[in-house]
Parts: sequence; structure tokens; C-alpha cells
Amino acid sequence: MRTDQAGIWLYAVADRLPAFRLAGLTGIRDVPLRALDAGRLTAVASDVQLSEFGEAALRRNLEDLDWLEGVARAHHRVVEALAERAPVVPMRLATVYTSEAAVTGMLAERAADLAEALRRISSCQEWGVKTYADPRQRAQHEADAADRPAGDAPARSGVAYLQRRRRELSEQRDSRQELTDSADLVHARLCDLALDWRLHPPQAPQLTGSTVQMVLNATYLLDECQAANFAAAVAVLGQEQSCLRLDLTGPWPPYSFAEVGDGSR
Amino acid sequence: MTSGNVVQPGSGAAQMYGTGGGREPANLGDILERVLDKGLVIAGDIQVNLLDIELLTIKLRLVIASLETAREVGINWWENDPWLSADAAGQSSQRELQIENRQLRRRVRELESGGQDED
Repeated sequence: MRTDQAGIWLYAVADRLPAFRLAGLTGIRDVPLRALDAGRLTAVASDVQLSEFGEAALRRNLEDLDWLEGVARAHHRVVEALAERAPVVPMRLATVYTSEAAVTGMLAERAADLAEALRRISSCQEWGVKTYADPRQRAQHEADAADRPAGDAPARSGVAYLQRRRRELSEQRDSRQELTDSADLVHARLCDLALDWRLHPPQAPQLTGSTVQMVLNATYLLDECQAANFAAAVAVLGQEQSCLRLDLTGPWPPYSFAEVGDGSR
Repeated sequence: MTSGNVVQPGSGAAQMYGTGGGREPANLGDILERVLDKGLVIAGDIQVNLLDIELLTIKLRLVIASLETAREVGINWWENDPWLSADAAGQSSQRELQIENRQLRRRVRELESGGQDED
């Protein structure tokens, strides 16, 4: 049985991160981190049991939301701690090797791509901006509609009903257009301050714990010296665009910009 | 899992991040969309098919969201929001019209039968 064998879980690749800089950091299941070097590159890893992180086990465990949450948070905690120490290219969750030689072999084989990815994200931070339809604006629309007189036709007639429906539908189209236009404007302004950007799918209200719909879920790569400017711009845009609410998150390690090879747009 | 390192702009975003440290744990959704959908993809020795992970991601959205929302995660997600969607509102107004129509037909039947209630 090979279930008690150890595997090597990768968190991130850095440009020559000496092992002493990992002192005190632990990874998944609180196992101490290891630095595996090849040339100028260091893969930061920790040992995992294949009984839990082998192929079949991973397949099963990844379907378990509580297990996934624990592992995702542990992975993120390490990547975040590393990103505070040095530029790192974060690995996607569940990159597992069975030998040190396989890890260092990969580093050597992908050295040029990894060095290029590291160069691209060096001195950079990722900041997320989630744009929601502002619920206060929606409440205002509804209040306006309720206050409005029924029009020329008698209130209970079919004509009045159709007039009211047509007006409501036209207002809904207008507010949808207004939301889209405002979100586009916010994104365009923020892109001016960013080195690069990516769009994530908007999160469902159930996921965000919010009752309002997310219009845009964007993430931006910033020169770290732009972070304060960027946060200020988000605050100003949130004030200007009254139909939107903006949530700023970060700084994130540059997960969304970790592509190698033809990844850059 | 709903508390994130979220900053409400206008509540001093720049100041909060300027001070560093003491950040709240990030929102799980924000973490998962990055560690599962993004991050560098390099095939390890343990092959968890990426397609599986992508399916899992979709499944997560199904678990946490609704099927309809997940289908609409593209640019047309709002089609199902009656406030935003003329189409969705149209469907509900059609229902209203159907109900009104039924009530009117019943009323006509009542009047034609000389005021007797046939129901």
C-alpha cells in the first residue's frame, strides 16, 4: 500500500528564496515549509500525505467544501506570507509532486518562463474591485415609481395599466444601461492606473453574502507604489457613480497574473 | 466566510492599507476564484485533471449559487433579476395578464348567465 507515502505540495516559485527566510512558516496541516532550488529559482513546498493528497484522495476531497476551504486558506496563507517576503509566482491549488527531483526538474525545464513571469510581477500587487448595483439606488427607483401619479387615464383602466408597464420596462432598461455604462467607466478609469487586469465571473449573491447583484468582478495588477492612488481612485469613483457600490480587496499575491508563456495579453 | 478583507471606499481604504498588518481573513469566494481558477498551472506528478478542477469550480458555484446564476455568470447574469431585466419583468407581467384574463372571462360568464354564479 502506498497510502502513507509523502508527496510534495507546491505553493509558489520565487527567485532564489533562501531557506532561512521560510523559518517559522508552516503550510497545510502545519507542516514546515521547504525550499527546493534549481538554478536561480526556488520552489516553496511542504510535505503532504498521499493518503490525503494523492490522486484519488484529492479527487474525493476537493469535492468536500469544508476540506477545500481549509486547504485553500492554508495555501493562500503561505502564498500571502511569501509574497510579503519576495516576488512569487503562485501555483494553482493541488500541484503535487512525488519527488524532489521531479520538482527541481520542472524548475529547470520551465526556468525561462518562470523567470519571465517573476519579472512581470516583481514589485507588483493584485487588487480586486467588485462592483455591485447599489441597493439604495434601487430603493429610490421603487419609491419614485410608487409616488408617481397614474397619468391621464383612470387608474384602474387597461390603458393606465399598459402605460405603467411600458414606463416600468423602459425604466428597467435605462437603469440596466446606466449600471453597465457606469461599471464600464469605473473599469476604464482603473485600467489607466493598472499595469494589467483580468475579469473574474461575477460572484452570485449567495456566495458574497450580499443581497445585491455583482455587476463586475475585476482584478488589477498594480505597481506597488500605485496602491494608495488606486484605493483613492476607487473611493472617488464609488462616490461619483451613485448607482454602484465598489468593494476593494487586497493586496493579493498576483494569482490572476501568474501565467507563463503566452499568458500575457 | 463572508467577512473578507473588504474595504468600503469612502471609509478610508487608503489609510487602512497604508498601515499594513492586522488584515481580516479574506472572503472564501475571493480566495477560491484565485487559487482554483488562477495561479500558475504546471502538471505535477499527481494528476488531478484540470478539467476536474474546473468542473469542481463550476460545481461550487452551483452549490453556493443557483444553477441559473451559474449559467448566467457571463455578461448576461442580470437577465434573471426582475429589477434589472425587462424580459423577466415581462414574464411576470404576462402572468398577471393571464390571471386578469381568467378573472374577466369568469365575470363575463357570470353576466351572460344573468348574474348567476356558475362556479
